Amino acid sequence: MSLLELVGITKSFGAIHALEGVDLEVEAGEVVGLMGDNGAGKSTLMKIVAGNFLPTEGTIRIEGREVEFQKPVDARMAGIEIVYQDLALCDNLSAAANVFLGREEKKRIGPFAFIDHKSIFDRAAKIFAELKSETRPRDLVRQMSGGQRQAVAIARTRLSDPKLVLMDEPTAAISVRQVAEVLALIKRLGDSGHAVILVSHRMPDVFEVCDRVAVLRRGLKVADKSIAETSPEEVTGLITGAIEAA
Amino acid sequence: MKQPAKNPDLHAEIDESIALRQEVTGFGSLLRAQPFWVFLAILAIGVVMTFVSDAFMTERNLFNITRNFAFFGIMALGMSAVICTAGIDLSVGSLLGLCAITLGLTMQSGLGIEMGFLVCMATAAIVGFINGFLIAYLKMAPFVVTLGMLAMARSIAMVLSNNKMIYDFGPDTDLFEWIGGESVLGVPNVVWVLIVMTAIFWIVWRHTTWGRWVIAIGGNAEAAKLSGIPVERMIVSVYMVCSMCTGLAAFMFIGYTGSATNGMGVTYELTVIAASVIGGANLMGGVVYALGAPIGAALMELIRNSLLLAGIPALWQQFFVGLFLILAVLLEQIRNRGGK
Ligand SMILES: Nc1ncnc2c1ncn2[C@@H]1O[C@H](COP(=O)(O)OP(=O)(O)O)[C@@H](O)[C@H]1O
Ligand SMILES: [Mg+2]
Repeated sequence: MSLLELVGITKSFGAIHALEGVDLEVEAGEVVGLMGDNGAGKSTLMKIVAGNFLPTEGTIRIEGREVEFQKPVDARMAGIEIVYQDLALCDNLSAAANVFLGREEKKRIGPFAFIDHKSIFDRAAKIFAELKSETRPRDLVRQMSGGQRQAVAIARTRLSDPKLVLMDEPTAAISVRQVAEVLALIKRLGDSGHAVILVSHRMPDVFEVCDRVAVLRRGLKVADKSIAETSPEEVTGLITGAIEAA
Repeated sequence: MKQPAKNPDLHAEIDESIALRQEVTGFGSLLRAQPFWVFLAILAIGVVMTFVSDAFMTERNLFNITRNFAFFGIMALGMSAVICTAGIDLSVGSLLGLCAITLGLTMQSGLGIEMGFLVCMATAAIVGFINGFLIAYLKMAPFVVTLGMLAMARSIAMVLSNNKMIYDFGPDTDLFEWIGGESVLGVPNVVWVLIVMTAIFWIVWRHTTWGRWVIAIGGNAEAAKLSGIPVERMIVSVYMVCSMCTGLAAFMFIGYTGSATNGMGVTYELTVIAASVIGGANLMGGVVYALGAPIGAALMELIRNSLLLAGIPALWQQFFVGLFLILAVLLEQIRNRGGK
């Protein structure tokens, strides 16, 4: 039984058919690359799995059970964490405040609950250290580099012990050194039994960390192959349409 | 985006130089806070005024200044919350008039001060709910919704009052007028209310999830929503909080003036918004200071008072209020550019 099973996922925005009958399965501990040209529907698929949109048609199963995510919190409850392509951070808050946004740790004083700043800063510092990021919990996100912002977005997925982590272009805006760190993290996630879907434009990243690669073209899944059985040339051909399907 | 792979060290260097910019704490964050600079301006004006007029530093004058700005300060605390979400509430002046009438009618009919207070706050809560609901759920522009409410609330106040003044507040008249108009330990009661409300807001902005979520919504509503924050419900609550601050100010204000008319609070929305902005609220959202509201209101009242004592014709008053408003925003922009 797969951890995640998508069956016939279709999504239309008015006249735009972003996804048409996409099937995808992800096993526990598996790292799946999801590739495709701009507008192919990668982000839309990730957002459906993360509970941002309901699919127009199709079924999502988690560990064999059919689910319907009305909002992001539902997906999070089911053990799915996501790093959005645009990162979705609040510039006017600190790194730690962003990591814990919507899930603040609290302490009670009498009938009132207050944010437990110390616990939040300490835990965020630990997570940043784990990610080997030099991001400081008290820094304002507004002043951060692309890599540090990325670390904050990724740190959000480390608060719980998710079954599945969705990463939408996590290496698009960061430096080479930081790319290596994000890839190392993805590998560690896979090794420790977490499943990851990595959306990326960068062929080397996908071939370095993924077990399998799926290719979307104009809302259709045109390939789904083990990394060992394909090559960057073939995947490029599939993305552009030079190769029809595989 | 393609990475220029040949020079990883350069990237690392840039990242690190950016990383060196610490979050400012303690003294640094004080220097960055708008209310601090406005407070310095208040002190400066105060020092100048002691030389200009002997009447300035008298207990009586300071008492009057603090009492006068306290009403606006209480309203500005709520307005700052609305502005923090990148919203605006133009209806607070009219709401003050409407609260005056519902409160006055309730007490006039002999229902007592507790009932009067409840009706006053309920009026405010309902108006805030309507504003917030239209803005959050129907995605209407705050400017338009509250402009409409400005007209409607004033009109309802006129209808309810039948255009008559209310000066009889029933059996609790004495207590009511004492609460709004008298003082404890030499400090006007309304100033005590402002102090307590400011302290509460200070705690709310710093230490509660409600405060943090409002700030997050102001910073990036989309991100807040993706983080699971109930953005719509939060926005409704923010407009209700703003209105209820006005309700509280109305309760104190009617007690102070000893009469209620449907014309109360006309143009107060402008004073309250100006006070909030001078105190550091940014109309783009995401910035709020609890201390900003009272400090902004204080500066405006101080300008009024100083012009009066300096013998400058009252006709100049609005000019200087406007001037300080523009200077305050300019100051904020300059500091922001410096910080970037
Ligand atoms: N919220 C939306 N409303 C309307 N159209 C959308 C929305 N999100 C995505 N689309 C459209 O769906 C298609 C797929 O977009 P997306 O999933 O972002 O592609 P990718 O991430 O692969 O670049 C595009 O044509 C895009 O314009
Ligand atoms: Mg995308």
